[in-house]
Amino acid sequence: MSAPASGLAQIGKSVFVKGELSGSEDLYVDGQVEGSIALKANNLTVGPNGQVKASVEAKGVVVQGRVEGNISASDRVELRKSANVVGDISTQHISIEEGAYLKGKVEIQRADGK
Amino acid sequence: MSSVSQNFMKLFRGSSGSETVPEPSSQKLSRRSSGLGELSRTWASAEGLCILDLGSTSPTNIRLFTGRGHRIYSEDLLTSSTDPELLTKDEQGAVVLDSRKFLADNLVYPAAHFDVVLCWNLPDYLDESLVKPVVGRLWSVLKPGGMLLAFFHTRDAGPDSPCHRFHIVGTDTLEMTKIVLRREARRGPTGAVHTAITDGFQLQRVFNNRHIETLFRDFASIKFFLARDNIREVLVVR
Repeated sequence: MSAPASGLAQIGKSVFVKGELSGSEDLYVDGQVEGSIALKANNLTVGPNGQVKASVEAKGVVVQGRVEGNISASDRVELRKSANVVGDISTQHISIEEGAYLKGKVEIQRADGK
Repeated sequence: MSSVSQNFMKLFRGSSGSETVPEPSSQKLSRRSSGLGELSRTWASAEGLCILDLGSTSPTNIRLFTGRGHRIYSEDLLTSSTDPELLTKDEQGAVVLDSRKFLADNLVYPAAHFDVVLCWNLPDYLDESLVKPVVGRLWSVLKPGGMLLAFFHTRDAGPDSPCHRFHIVGTDTLEMTKIVLRREARRGPTGAVHTAITDGFQLQRVFNNRHIETLFRDFASIKFFLARDNIREVLVVR
């Protein structure tokens, strides 16, 4: 996915947000975010221009840009080939494309607690 | 052997940075690894291990270890060692890498944290000024009894031996992909995007058995495996 679907909440390329972001809908970030992002039942996509310096909590996370911070996803995390992640990842499922960069821990947490 | 400054000029000439990428899939090689075979028995029989992979990010390795319920840390030390901010001068005025800054930003973990460290060919390609400090740090972050696997080129390998990334595809089988460095895409005067492929990391030195023993002298034991394909494997226990 290289462009967000219409109707999706977006932070555009030129936008910089500092603080605590939370919501109950899917979010596409292609700008800069510092602080924290909490979308417990929804999905976060960090676009190719996205620069996120924040802790992330969401249902699903797709990274195409840069994330500096821990990622906690109740369902899945996808690192695309252009992803650059510095931080720990905790999720049920993970998919990493060849070429993605990760500096940090990957821990799989099953829903049944195993 | 290239100097530190020459290596950096090769890596960073005309660019704002570099990234490490594997070559296309047609360049993959397969390798039987006795050291890996012995180490595999550890993670096959244990649960919840803490593993540190010091190569470039490998989806294959991450999938393997997380699928078995282990925690895996990925840290590409070779790429981190190319940070231009590490350049400094020693007492003689020679350009070296600042090992204190390097260890302040990398391998930052609690003591006795890891059960297994996959060092791969790191000592062969890492800058001289970083090798001993990195091994010292690895000793401290390994649990007592923890194991470290490292590969060393023999002299027959030759000075132009390419730097490979190792992916675990079987209990004693590795898939090797050659690492190249790609300068970040940048726009030329016409606005067109340029991406240049440069040579990968250069072999910095050839360790003999005595050098390897000295390098790991603080560890409890060291086991050498017969060299195969001009690569000597070593399994070290803390």
